[in-house]
Amino acid sequence: MRSSLGALLSGLLFALGLGLGGMTDPSNVLGFLDVAGDWDFRLAFVMGGAVAVHAALRPLILRRQRPLFTGRFPSFPAQRVDGRLLAGAALFGVGWGLAGYCPGPALTSLVSGAPSVFVFVPAMFAGMALARKLQASGQQAEVLPPGEGTATAHVDANR
Amino acid sequence: MASSFLLPLLGGALIGLAVSLLLLTHGRVAGVSGVVGALLAPVRGDIAWRVFFFGGLLAGGLALAWLHPASLPPAVLPSGGGTVLLGVAGLLVGFGTRLGNGCTSGHGVCGLARGSVRSLAATLTFMATGVATVFLVRHVL
Repeated sequence: MRSSLGALLSGLLFALGLGLGGMTDPSNVLGFLDVAGDWDFRLAFVMGGAVAVHAALRPLILRRQRPLFTGRFPSFPAQRVDGRLLAGAALFGVGWGLAGYCPGPALTSLVSGAPSVFVFVPAMFAGMALARKLQASGQQAEVLPPGEGTATAHVDANR
Repeated sequence: MASSFLLPLLGGALIGLAVSLLLLTHGRVAGVSGVVGALLAPVRGDIAWRVFFFGGLLAGGLALAWLHPASLPPAVLPSGGGTVLLGVAGLLVGFGTRLGNGCTSGHGVCGLARGSVRSLAATLTFMATGVATVFLVRHVL
């Protein structure tokens, strides 16, 4: 139970950061991506701030032998950039540019009750399920953890 | 002028804290598409923290709706076919983030902070297609 509070608090801080930073407003996101128009660069500071803080804290955290509540830290064996990664990222970017929602802000916005989110989020889960189905039926390819890493690392990280 | 980027910077710092907290407590990468997407095919013993993270996002949304409601406006879409477009966008985001193993948080924050080449390639790619899409929608079509 204690461990779940860590995940709950992480999700809570994450959503507050998205909202205060402006990521949950799709028109901000589209303004950020509209480099040829009246470019709104402010969201670059959201990603910059997040990367800077995490890059500073991560090495300190990894000095520990293990995470507070689970077996061990994930390992990320070097992996090549491959077509699947680039194709997935490319498709994601198109959807992001169409709606102005990426997964975190869309889920955070569910509580707003905006009809747009109730169209977007179920479609997003359908897309996720479709990717999973394709990958399961295709090769033996597993669905990897976010970022990168292998399924083994994923299982290891999960004690 | 300063105030225009202070709030984004603060928001970003909170996100950086959030992903650091999840690494500290669970040793997990806080990529939203991966954390939540894996709930579609739940694995025993690997569910609770994901549900709680998702619950935290929703709780954060509630807090925003209460304290800063302007931060949660509905999506603004080009008129005509808006709903269909929104559905297509959702499908692409869901499919693409699972195929590419990450979204703005997993690749754009966690991966970049880790110095991952794969995440850098993914981030540059989704930024590029996002920019291209907005360009097409706003300036060409």
